[in-house]
Amino acid sequence: MAFSFRIDRRSGVPSYVQIVQQVQQALRLGLLQPGDRLPTARAVVEATALNPNTVLKAYRELESQGLVETRRRHGTFVTGTLGASSADSPWHAELADVAARARAAGLERDDLAALFTDVLEDLYPSKEPDVVPPQA
Amino acid sequence: MSYPPRPDAALVADGVSKRYRRRGADVLDDCTFHIPAGVVCALVGPNGAGKSTLLELAAGVQRTDRGSLEVFGGPVWAGHPRVAHLAQHRPLFHRFTVAETLRLGARLNVGNWDAELATRVADPERFHKDDRIGDLSGGERTRIALAIALGKRADLLLLDEPMADLDVLARQELMGLLMAHVADTGTTVVMSSHIISELADACDHLLLLDEGTTRLCGGIDELIAAHAVVTLPGGADRLAGHTVVEARPAGRGTSALIRPAGAPGDDWEVRPPSLEELVLAHLAASGVPGLAFSPTPPSRLHVKETAA
Repeated sequence: MAFSFRIDRRSGVPSYVQIVQQVQQALRLGLLQPGDRLPTARAVVEATALNPNTVLKAYRELESQGLVETRRRHGTFVTGTLGASSADSPWHAELADVAARARAAGLERDDLAALFTDVLEDLYPSKEPDVVPPQA
Repeated sequence: MSYPPRPDAALVADGVSKRYRRRGADVLDDCTFHIPAGVVCALVGPNGAGKSTLLELAAGVQRTDRGSLEVFGGPVWAGHPRVAHLAQHRPLFHRFTVAETLRLGARLNVGNWDAELATRVADPERFHKDDRIGDLSGGERTRIALAIALGKRADLLLLDEPMADLDVLARQELMGLLMAHVADTGTTVVMSSHIISELADACDHLLLLDEGTTRLCGGIDELIAAHAVVTLPGGADRLAGHTVVEARPAGRGTSALIRPAGAPGDDWEVRPPSLEELVLAHLAASGVPGLAFSPTPPSRLHVKETAA
């Protein structure tokens, strides 16, 4: 099984964050499962032409999130899962219920999305500072 | 400012000056910096900033007029066994074939030659065996010259515009091989470009030259953390106390790239600059003191793992 990263240099998202997000996404979609092996940091460096620090930083971040584990001489293995967002999760039903009541009360899709983003921001403050929008 | 020589420094310049003609302008003018061992350093600056001259001085193929330049705590000299130089004009023997050129590299570096890496970089299979160097395109000659430079097991690679005439695919491939080589060996790389975005993902260190002197030198993360892009209501006078690298009006307010000294105002929007913004602002500014971080030993990163 092979897993390779795609780095979009123009996206504005730091390269190491892109690596972390691609692993998280693959875990959510079930493309990676516990026991699967990630490419070695060296192989990622050669394939992406990123500075070795960048790749090691991404792998360390994945380790600290408990998603992967590096075993010396054997490589980096998936240990965690991110499966809680699937459609049959009980949270999906609860959120659907809240959304349906909001719509019945007259809220537009964008109103609800803005409220939800706001709640998320309060509960999960983002680590990276927000980008300042260009001044009009 | 002068740094004591340290064993962990790959390349140290102290007041280096160089001019080509007696009455000409200084190409390098009192240039001082410190590049620690184990970093991948982008050497950036506008055309004529002195990038190629600096690399030639470090490779020992030119002499400094004043000041001192040291590699790994010792003097520079042409043919230093720990230093490899990819010159801007890719000097190769035009009548040699690719195979002959690789054999020459091996003969000139007996006991210090990585034939496997040289072959992977040169990729001789892509050439006809009778192709002579003089028949190749600029990008193909760069590939061969890079193979010779990387084949020499050097601890300091001085690469002058290594990616300049390569197509996008070759860039990705060769930069990947170079970064993997760094991960394997911890070799120090100094590579120049006048296009910062070309190097931003590969480098962890920056040396910005302008008019022959150091404008910025240090770890890229460190340099970015020392600066901020701020947007604030009111005029540039509200920035007093901070080092203003560049300021411009933004509607009724001001947008500036500063080196903060203390906390920003409550009504300021603050974000870190991108590397490109940092470089452009310093090149546009004049009269702003440069910033060179005093040497800190880098955390050595060796990626030693078994292949999957």
